Amino acid sequence: MPPVIITEKLTKKFGDFIAASELTFQVEKGEIFGFLGANGAGKTTAMRMLCGLLTPSSGTASIAGFDVYKQTEKIKMKIGYMSQKFSLYDDLTVSENIRFYSGIYGMNNMQIRKKTPELLEELQLNQEAKTLVRDLPLGWKQKLAFSVSIAHDPDIVFLDEPTGGVDPVTRRQFWDLIYHASQKGVTVFVTTHYMDEAEYCNRVSIMVDGVIAALDSPVNLKKQYGGTMEDVFYGLARNAKRKED
Amino acid sequence: MKQLIVFIKKEFLEVFRDKRTLLMLLGLPIAQIVLFGFALSSEVKNSKIVVADYSKDVVTSQIISKISASKYFDVEQSLRSADQLQTAFKKGIIKLAVIFPDNFSADLMHTRKASIQIVADASDPNAATTMTNYVTQIINVYNAELDSASGQALQIVPETLMLYNPGLTGPPNFVPGVMALVLMLVCTMMTSVAIVKEKELGTMEILLVSPFKPLYIIIAKLTPNLLISIANYFIIILLSAVFLDLKVKGSIVLLTVDSILFILTSLSIGLLLSIYAKTQQGAMMGSLMGMMLPTMLLTGFLFPIDNMPIVMQWIANIVPSRWYFIIVKNVMLKGLGLGSVWKETLILLSMCLVLFAISLRKFKIRLQ
Repeated sequence: MPPVIITEKLTKKFGDFIAASELTFQVEKGEIFGFLGANGAGKTTAMRMLCGLLTPSSGTASIAGFDVYKQTEKIKMKIGYMSQKFSLYDDLTVSENIRFYSGIYGMNNMQIRKKTPELLEELQLNQEAKTLVRDLPLGWKQKLAFSVSIAHDPDIVFLDEPTGGVDPVTRRQFWDLIYHASQKGVTVFVTTHYMDEAEYCNRVSIMVDGVIAALDSPVNLKKQYGGTMEDVFYGLARNAKRKED
Repeated sequence: MKQLIVFIKKEFLEVFRDKRTLLMLLGLPIAQIVLFGFALSSEVKNSKIVVADYSKDVVTSQIISKISASKYFDVEQSLRSADQLQTAFKKGIIKLAVIFPDNFSADLMHTRKASIQIVADASDPNAATTMTNYVTQIINVYNAELDSASGQALQIVPETLMLYNPGLTGPPNFVPGVMALVLMLVCTMMTSVAIVKEKELGTMEILLVSPFKPLYIIIAKLTPNLLISIANYFIIILLSAVFLDLKVKGSIVLLTVDSILFILTSLSIGLLLSIYAKTQQGAMMGSLMGMMLPTMLLTGFLFPIDNMPIVMQWIANIVPSRWYFIIVKNVMLKGLGLGSVWKETLILLSMCLVLFAISLRKFKIRLQ
């Protein structure tokens, strides 16, 4: 089985500014791939290129077998996306949000009617199906947002700092959902600022100033640089020249 | 296509769930019409009028007592000479005169037909129209009573004369202005807020990552607003017909088509605003300050554009409501056809196309 994400010297320039420089990496199917880096290191730019939102300046990349230059529409069918804002409609109910997001991915009514109870069951949100999302606790919103982002069974799900502002217990529960998805074969591409979360990943890449400074499993990284995951990160990020944008 | 329907459904769901905003949107035209309408009708209440009765018979005195009994009029005095009448009008003491010619009753009984002259000071066209309508109505009611009492078909014909302003031009009627204002405001505000809200919530990002087409996002966002604005348009038309006795004189189809064109233009402006606004408040302020003021000032609704400095006249030319206002005035008030408004319609159409094209382009670039 070929890797689901393959990039080769993927670069994005904004004028003279090189936001992401010659990113080369591969992510296997079902892998949980952590993407670390200080703010402004180029994580978002990299992720946007992979999602087909941003056209790369040079280099190549294929997502689920599709080319990021020419087949963005096909890529969009194969990926899910969740950001730290959770991106649900506050004024819609839980089931209306599920119906809407499944609907815009082209799922038909029958599929949605089958999927909705499954999803609610998995999240134990059966009682809350008719609750407005704005009345849900933060942790539930976050779990719902994740489930919605993989409701259309994508090959890859991109999570952009999905656990921002959530307490450690809920974060742990959230990672259970991620593991569950990964076991079902969904590839998880996740950016985070939390070092404990980095430990949950199969492999971690650390970006500094638009370049991938290190890429390996957490165990190997710790061995190579010494100390904890935190030490590894600070050791690399300390040398960054770029300021936060 | 199916995805688009899902999206439009969701838009409606959101619009209807926010009851307060919906109420405000649909209440706005009602409030405007009632406010302006009330201000207008209070002028007509207890208006001073004069009666010149050259006939002085039973019928004329009955009609005079009917008129003075009405709450709209105070019959000030009875004048005999035409000179006196003219002076009273010129001094502005009276707004309306009812004149019965010689032998009024005799004519009515013999020829079954007699005319009453109603002379109004039309320098305030709204008041003049309303007052003559009231008098005419009182006369018609009396006519009907007389018919049934006498068992004959008699005809009292009120002849209206508008002094100083026979074409009823001048301070324009407020309804076209209200239409332009309400439609412009609601469209730009609703659209810009609805799109910026998605940006704020972060849902826009998700939509962009999804296979949903940007053009579909725009269509889905505009559809409920278009329908609500069309509803607003009909509410205004209906209210003015029922409460202000102002019916659409020209073709309702033409007026509706042009109104939809104006609505689409305003929606495009809202779309453009949403691209630059970062927060919902910003979008709201942008539509209020950026749209309401020019619409109020440069439409010709409050101040005639011809009297403005030439530079202001140029600026007024790029305000879409200016052209829409002319269309509504011509079609609704004057009853003119497409022949008289084709130029304005064409201007609106090109504004609409250009604005929509620009915002569509900007919207796409913004996604990159």
